[in-house]
Amino acid sequence: MKLYDYVLSPSCYKVRLMAALTGVKLEIRPVDFHPGAEHRDPEFLALNPAGSIPILEDGVLILTESAAILAYLASKTAPEWLGSGAPEEVARIQQWLSFAHRLTSSLGGARLHEMLLRPGDIGALQAQGIAALRELEAGLVEQGLRGMRFLASDRPTVADIACFPYVALAPDGGIPLDPYPAIRLWSRAIRGLENFIEMPGIHRLHELKSEPNVEPGDA
Amino acid sequence: MTQDAMIDEWYPVGLFSQLDMNGHRTALMGEPIDVALDAEGNAKVTSGDGHTLPVCVRYGHVWSSLGKPRKELFAIPEADQPGRRFVDVGVVRVRCSPLRAVENFLDIAHFPFVHTDILGAEPHTEVLDYKVEIRQDKDEVWATQVKFYQPQAAKSASGGITTEYMYRVPAPTCSVLYKTCPPRPGEWDVITLFVQPLAEDLCNVWPWMALFDDVTPMTDLIHFQQTIFLQDRSILENQIPRLLPLDPGMEIPTRADLTSVAYRRWLKRHNYIYGAQLVAQ
Repeated sequence: MKLYDYVLSPSCYKVRLMAALTGVKLEIRPVDFHPGAEHRDPEFLALNPAGSIPILEDGVLILTESAAILAYLASKTAPEWLGSGAPEEVARIQQWLSFAHRLTSSLGGARLHEMLLRPGDIGALQAQGIAALRELEAGLVEQGLRGMRFLASDRPTVADIACFPYVALAPDGGIPLDPYPAIRLWSRAIRGLENFIEMPGIHRLHELKSEPNVEPGDA
Repeated sequence: MTQDAMIDEWYPVGLFSQLDMNGHRTALMGEPIDVALDAEGNAKVTSGDGHTLPVCVRYGHVWSSLGKPRKELFAIPEADQPGRRFVDVGVVRVRCSPLRAVENFLDIAHFPFVHTDILGAEPHTEVLDYKVEIRQDKDEVWATQVKFYQPQAAKSASGGITTEYMYRVPAPTCSVLYKTCPPRPGEWDVITLFVQPLAEDLCNVWPWMALFDDVTPMTDLIHFQQTIFLQDRSILENQIPRLLPLDPGMEIPTRADLTSVAYRRWLKRHNYIYGAQLVAQ
C-alpha cells in the first residue's frame, strides 16, 4: 500500500497513525506540499482531481478521502476499529467522521494560515474552530456520562483517529486547548494507545516515573 | 550606536525561486513591504510608502533591510563549494520573538526531549563541555567542539552517531550550524536558520541547507528539516516571557547554555534589541 504523504499534514498523519495502530506497513511516497506545491502538479491532479493529499494506492484502488482510507485499513486488518455494529455506535461513528471535515476546514485552515501563510480569514477560521471544539468537548462529556472514554464507544474507533490530529494541533493555529478538559483526557487516552506514533506538534506521553514508595503511616 | 541598531541589518524576506512579478506582501520589523520580480527578473523590495529598499539575493533567499546596511551579507563559503545540494526548506511562521527563534536553534540540551529519537534520546542527555567565543575579527558568536549523541543525526545517517557541531551567529537573527557530515567525514554539513522579524513577537523562519548527500531525494531532505523545526515551533510559541531577556535575573542559565549567554551578551553589546526584553521584571 502506497501513501502519498506530507509529514506535516494532519490528514496524512491520520493514515500513518491508523496504520501504526493496526500494524499495517505503508510504503511512503513523500510529496513536496510546502514549499513545492507538488500536489498541484498534473501528475497528482490526474491521480486526485481535488488536488489534496493523502492519497492511498493499493493495486487498482485509489482512495483520496481520509475517512475512506481509515475504513479501508481497519476493515482489512483490524475490523474492531469499525465499531461493534450496534446501530447507535454505527451512527455515532458516521456522525464524527463527517464532523471531522469541519475540524479540517476550521482548525486546519487556521493552522495553515498561521504556520505556512496560506490565505484565509483567520478570525472566522478560529471562531469556527472554537465552535467545533466546544461541540466535541460536549460530545466527550456525554460519552463520559455513558461510561465511555472514546467518541463512539468504550474503545477507540476510526472516528477518534479522524478527529484527533486537527484537534491536537489546534494550538498551531492559535487556538489553545486549555479550556477543554474532556478533550485533553481523550487526547491522553489516544496518545497512550499501544503503537501510537507522534508527528511534529503532537508529542508522545512522557514515560511515567515509578510510584514513590510510601509506607502506610509515613505521612 | 542608535536605538535601532538592527534596522541596518539584512533580513530574509522570501525564497528567490518563488518570486513572481505580482509580488507578495510581507513585513519587516512592523513595516509592510512588497517583494517581487522586476521586468528584468531581478528581485525588488518596496516599502509601504513606495521606496525601493536595499536588496541582495543569496543562499536561495531574497534579503532586504529597512535601513542602510553598512556591510555585505555575511559569507557562507560552503555555499560556493561544488558538490553540495542546496535545500530551500520554505517558510514557517512562528509567534515568538525572532531572537528566541535563534536562541532555541543554538541550544543542544533540548534535543532528547523535543527531537526524541532523531537528534537525541534519553538517557544520553548530557551536554559535554564546549567552547564559546565572540570572534573579534568577524564580530560573530561561535560555539565549537559541541558533541552530542544522536540516534538519527541526518537523513543520510543510519543509526546513532556522536555528532560534532559548530554554531555561528553572524547576524542578530541568523545562525549557521556546521555539523558532522555522515557520508563525507572531514566536511561539514551546513544548516542555517534565517529569521525574518515581522514584529517583536512574530517572525517568519526560513531554514536553508547546503549538504553533501547525493542519495536522499530533495523532498525527504525538506521534510526532515521541517519535522525538526515544527517540533520546536510549539515550544517557541509557549516560551515566557515572549521577548528574549538580555539582562540576568529573568532566567537562570546553566553550563549547557554558554552559547545562549554569549549570544545575549553580543546582542546587548550591539544594541540589537528588537525582540528583546532589557530590564528584568
